[in-house]
Formats: sequence, structure tokens, C-alpha cells
Amino acid sequence: MTRVRTRTLLIAGALLALVLAGFVSYYASQSPDGLEKVSADKGIDAKEQEHQMKDGPLADYTVKGVHNERLSGGLAGVIGVGATLLVGTGVFRLVRKRSTGTDPAGARTADSGAGDGA
Amino acid sequence: MHIPNGFIDGPVSAGAGVVAVAGIAVGLRGARRELDERTAPLAGLVAAFVFAVQMLNFPVAGGTSGHLLGGTLAAILVGPYTGVLCVAVVLLMQGLFFADGGLTALGLNITIMGIVTVVVGYGLFRLVLGLLPARHSSVPIAAFVGALVSVPAAACVFTVFYAIGGTTDVSIGKVAGAMIGVHVLIGIGEAIITAATVSSVLAVRPDLVHGARGLARPLELRSAGGSR
Repeated sequence: MTRVRTRTLLIAGALLALVLAGFVSYYASQSPDGLEKVSADKGIDAKEQEHQMKDGPLADYTVKGVHNERLSGGLAGVIGVGATLLVGTGVFRLVRKRSTGTDPAGARTADSGAGDGA
Repeated sequence: MHIPNGFIDGPVSAGAGVVAVAGIAVGLRGARRELDERTAPLAGLVAAFVFAVQMLNFPVAGGTSGHLLGGTLAAILVGPYTGVLCVAVVLLMQGLFFADGGLTALGLNITIMGIVTVVVGYGLFRLVLGLLPARHSSVPIAAFVGALVSVPAAACVFTVFYAIGGTTDVSIGKVAGAMIGVHVLIGIGEAIITAATVSSVLAVRPDLVHGARGLARPLELRSAGGSR
């Protein structure tokens, strides 16, 4: 019966995601994942092509130019969580707004949204 | 299970792209009914959480790892239509910025990891939930089963795409056996993470768990010193 406020839940969840991506991810298994392993074992990957963004600033969950492995991976994770949160929340607010039309709540959501970014 | 560029040929990748776009369109329509003032920010958080947990590869047998796909989890927390959109947002971010999952294969990845996991995982979740007593404590059990099966189901659909448009000539039986075998193991991890996360949200805000709507409140106070 320990009911928490929606705002508290959202902040706690965002902090948890940041800690997982920014810190815990360093301890994740480095082994190839299921598809990578099977592909390499069976030769499915013989015609693999390079990723279009392989030289991008965040490619392979590292920040280009940051050479400390822990820092680079952690930073990439934090940026990814932050960006996904922003894009996701933005998309879902838009979907929500379209569905309500002239709902006065729409204006309120937009206002509170401005402060959420930081 | 992010498919890189070049595993599956152009026409089949493009076909999967059409499926993905259709799935997102259906998701956008359906999400309007699922999202309200409280759940819209929650859905954004679910996407970010799935992104974070996808970075946490856990070891399974023989030098292989796996990570959460998250479709079942997202669907149970915020609804299946919104769930597809959550995973699609994650895959888009990963493909565009982190070079994870080929951009040519984005449609394949959204179809397999977004649509298939949600349809199978959430569908099975509802089915199992319908068979169990209508109370909150049934939700994590149904979530476990749905998530468990969603991962090998995704592996099956990968195999189907490979059978139609694979760029290499590996026997389909071998691909199916290896893919499904390892993804059954990864599915156990998916099931544990999904059930644990759903339980946690259910414990503090059962009203925010889409998949628990319309169920009786749990009987909470039991004898002391017990399981948790």
C-alpha cells in the first residue's frame, strides 16, 4: 500500500535507467549476443556490411574522443537514456495531444514539458 | 538480436520495412486510446528504461550473451500499441546514433523485436492472465510466460526472414535450431527482468500497469517474516 506519486515514480525510474546505462552497463557481459554468436558460428554474417553510422560520435556505445572505457561507455549510456526519454516523451505527448484535440489539459502538458528537458 | 546490414537481402528488408511502417501506424492509432495525461510521460520512461536495460547483456551458455528485448514489458506496462512504439523509438535511437542494428535492417529489427515480441508476448500474457485467478498476483506470472516465449518467437521470425532473404547459404534447419536454442535461454532472462519490473511497478502504483487493469487488489498482509 506504499503508493507513490506519479512524479516520484517517473523520477525514480529515470534515475534507475541512468544508473543502469551509465554505471552498471560497464559490468555487462562482453560476449556476443545470441544472433551475433549464431551468425559467426554458422557463417550467416559472411556478407555483413558496415553500419552507416560506424564512425558516428556514439558508435558502439562509446563516446568518440573519450578514451577511458568506463567513462566513455557510461557517458554514451547516459546520453542514450536522456535522448530516448526526450524523444519518447515527445512522441507520446504528441500522440496524446492529437487524441484530445481541444482539451485544455494539452496546454498544461506543453507548459510542464518545457521544464522537463534539463 | 539487432540485425546488421547485409544479413537479409534488399527486397526482404524493404518488405519488412513496409511491415514495420504499418505496425507503427497501427501503434500510433491505438496508442491514442492507451495514453492519457499520466501514462504519456510513463511511456517515454518505459522507452528509456528499455534502452538502458538493453545495454545490460547477461551471460547465457557457451560464451554467448543476451539482453532484454522489452516488447512484452513495455506492452504490459503501457499497453500493446504504445509498447510497439516504445521499442521502435529505442531501435531508432540505437540504429541512428549507436550503430547498433543496421539502418537498412531497421524495418526487420522493428518487425522482429517490436511487433513480434509485443504480439506474441502480450497476447500470451493476456491468455495466461485469463486462465489465472483475477488478481494482481497473477500479473507477474503471466508476464513471465509472455516474455519467456516472446524471445524464441522473435528468433523464429528472424529464421523465416533468413529463409526468404538470407544473403548466405546456410541450411534453414541449422539456423532455426541454433537461433531458437540460444533464444530460449535468453528468454529466461527476459522473463525474469519482465516479471520483476512489472512486480515493482505493481507494488507501488498498480493503477499505472496497463495489463493489470480491471483486476482485484492484492491481498497483501500475510504472516510475518515470510518470503519477501
